[in-house]
Amino acid sequence: MSDAGLHHSLEVFIGAALTLMVFSFLYRDNPLYKIAEHIFVGVSAAYWMVIGFWTTFWPNVVVKLLPAAQRVTNPDAPLPEQDPAVIVPLILGLLMLCRLWPRLAWISRWPTAFAVGTTVGYSLVRYLRSDFLNQISATIEPGLLATADSGALWSARFDHILIVVGTVCAVAYFTFSRARRGGLAILARIGLVFLMITFGASFGSTVMGRVTLLVGRLRFLLGDWLGLI
Amino acid sequence: MKRLIPRIIITVVGTLLIATSFVVKPTAGVDAPFVPRLLAYADRNFSVWFAILAVFSFALGGANLIKSHGMKVAKRRSDWPYSVITLVSFAVVLVIGLLKVGGAPGWQGAVTDAGTAFAWVFEAVYGPLQATLFSLLAFFVVSAAYRSFRLRSLEASILLAAATVILIGRTPLGVVVGDLYPDWLTFLRPDVLSMWILRVPNTAGQRAILNGISLGVVATSLRLILGLDRGGVGGRR
Repeated sequence: MSDAGLHHSLEVFIGAALTLMVFSFLYRDNPLYKIAEHIFVGVSAAYWMVIGFWTTFWPNVVVKLLPAAQRVTNPDAPLPEQDPAVIVPLILGLLMLCRLWPRLAWISRWPTAFAVGTTVGYSLVRYLRSDFLNQISATIEPGLLATADSGALWSARFDHILIVVGTVCAVAYFTFSRARRGGLAILARIGLVFLMITFGASFGSTVMGRVTLLVGRLRFLLGDWLGLI
Repeated sequence: MKRLIPRIIITVVGTLLIATSFVVKPTAGVDAPFVPRLLAYADRNFSVWFAILAVFSFALGGANLIKSHGMKVAKRRSDWPYSVITLVSFAVVLVIGLLKVGGAPGWQGAVTDAGTAFAWVFEAVYGPLQATLFSLLAFFVVSAAYRSFRLRSLEASILLAAATVILIGRTPLGVVVGDLYPDWLTFLRPDVLSMWILRVPNTAGQRAILNGISLGVVATSLRLILGLDRGGVGGRR
């Protein structure tokens, strides 16, 4: 068997063994499952550290501080401009590690504050634009502004109106600043029905995603490993 | 200093980034006034700085993992042999990843390129474990759903009905069942009905939820920028 074939066989065998170790949890918690679980914790922590180092830290910190470092990973690439300003996130990042020492842990609030500030700054306008204004216009435009000569089928128009009604009623359900009486109570009740359908659809899609993964693992065991299918 | 500086950082960084949405930013050159240049720099680079901080948070997570599992091993606490497995797997993947073992000579090429030991670990260990652990949720989600949603109220019944239609309609079973329907009931075929649920009532519900979330994000963002939020990084905790 060639080296590549041996590597592939070993890869499939280890993958199958780990898959069975995890599935053993369906019987009950046991040492094989715990071994697989602990391997996963260690491997995933290291995996994301390595990905972060080579895809973010190296090109955005090391290469920007020392442009010649670009040649280490890509000898043919042109050297980028030096950007000493990246010393700021580098220092903030090192301050974040102060979290490991309880007496200095408070310093890690500074980089955390930068992360919060960045998230706040980017999110405020983006959410307001994409998840508020754009969603409202996407609801209103096709539903209420469609003209008779727009060529839309009656069923499509009905759907659009239903979306408008559903959205307004579901928003009414989220109105907590006044007592739900009279018209608001009726709207909220209808809105709840739309929300339950939404949660049901999300739940169904989630279960389907998990079942797809399960089918994938079974295909791997029966096909790649045992060669039965 | 413990509370004031984080608040100042949040306010300055948040305000700068919000301002970038409303100010015309110069594309290049140093002739532009300082403030527009500062805003352009912030807009271009703060997301990268954020990503750099995320890398340090991964490193912090790794260090914490070593600390907690190392203590467990050192003090021979219960189940400590499993912690040895965690530490060994962590160290092995970290070393082969950072040193780019295998693949192109030296440190050339991407760490995830085919042929590297790191890519092999992903294919043989990380990928199967992740997919199998998530697929296990299929069993637990369904059993939890059965306990929670079984016809206890009208709302729970609606949720369960919608989920069932989606589950049947978005699989080949939906087409098979649908073929048994007479033509005049086409609109009730599981495959057609599931598409309609996703397109119409689901869209309405999602939009209302998105509207609520966006208003929540805006309110929380403003509270943080104005220093009104007492919890978290700028608070007493």
